[in-house]
Amino acid sequence: MCGAPDQATLPSLEVSPNEAVIHGTVVKDGQPLPGAYVRLLGTTGEFTAEVQTSATGYFRFYAADGDWTLRTLAPGQSVDTTVTAAKGSAAEVTVEL
Amino acid sequence: MSREDVLVDADWAEAHLDDPKVVFVEVDEDVSAYDGGHIKNAVRLDWTTELQQPEALDLIDQADFSKLLSAKGISNDDTVVLYGGNNNWFAAYAYWQFKLYGHSDVKLLDGGRKKWELDGRELTKDVPVRATTSYQAQSPDLSIRAFRDEVVDAIGSKNLVDVRSPDEFSGKIKAPAHLPQEQSQRAGHIPTAINIPWSKAAADDGTFRSDEELTALYSAEGFNDGTPTIAYCRIGERSSHSWFVLREILGKDDVKNYDGSWAEYGSLIGVPIKKDV
Repeated sequence: MCGAPDQATLPSLEVSPNEAVIHGTVVKDGQPLPGAYVRLLGTTGEFTAEVQTSATGYFRFYAADGDWTLRTLAPGQSVDTTVTAAKGSAAEVTVEL
Repeated sequence: MSREDVLVDADWAEAHLDDPKVVFVEVDEDVSAYDGGHIKNAVRLDWTTELQQPEALDLIDQADFSKLLSAKGISNDDTVVLYGGNNNWFAAYAYWQFKLYGHSDVKLLDGGRKKWELDGRELTKDVPVRATTSYQAQSPDLSIRAFRDEVVDAIGSKNLVDVRSPDEFSGKIKAPAHLPQEQSQRAGHIPTAINIPWSKAAADDGTFRSDEELTALYSAEGFNDGTPTIAYCRIGERSSHSWFVLREILGKDDVKNYDGSWAEYGSLIGVPIKKDV
């Protein structure tokens, strides 16, 4: 796995009341894509965090209430996906490249 | 100091992979990243166990830095090229530490691991064998390191540049959003600090923005050119990235990294804190 935080060794998903989790999978040609970079951008396009997908294409962020954009980077590709997060819950997203 | 002295691009790196006087060094937040593949002939530095004292959370001292680099097979006259994930945060932190201990020729690989991967360049799992050396670190250059008392004294008088995300600056969250929010310290920022997130200095692929863009960025955000500067973040690695921009790329005078950063400041009793939420 690669330089961003290792998404393969994340703790199991237990959402605390103070966390708004955004998580999901990056898929390409119907298959989970490991090693993609997923950037979490705030409402004004502000960079907030970046992770790299696990061997199963999985990513997770701990955010706050509100609207967010996921920008997914892979060689030759950059795809934006919007998502709304709320404290105490987990918003799940599938990003297709 | 200018961009050409402190940065190399991926093409330059590829042309020097087998250069005996160039040592590539990978430093990642996820210290296992190296095992999954790294740039040919690169050695690893583990920031959690090698670059800091795990219990004291302080940098390793001069003697231990000498021992560490000797064991890694790095000589005083080698060109060290640092790179890593997370847009070079931890590579920049290691760069700052190499400068602190007086290494003369150290550079960052622009874009780090991400740019290398997005370019589809080769990674290997082969671990190089380097003969041990007798590295001699210099006394720490404290002109680039800030401590907590100096930070408190700088309120209202120096550029205090908080390079965390706006939500961390305001106090809405306490850590970057890829980490669980379990930290015990308070939320907010140092009074009179300006918020210029490190991420504004880098493109999506992790490369640094142009000198013109960087100069415009800092002047637009209220950075005062005639005043000494202290950069901070949460644990000192993102602020190393911005310290690198301000001092090494833009050549500004008197720029320090406060490596204690919010993990220390936000836990101190009796210091002023500003919270916007």
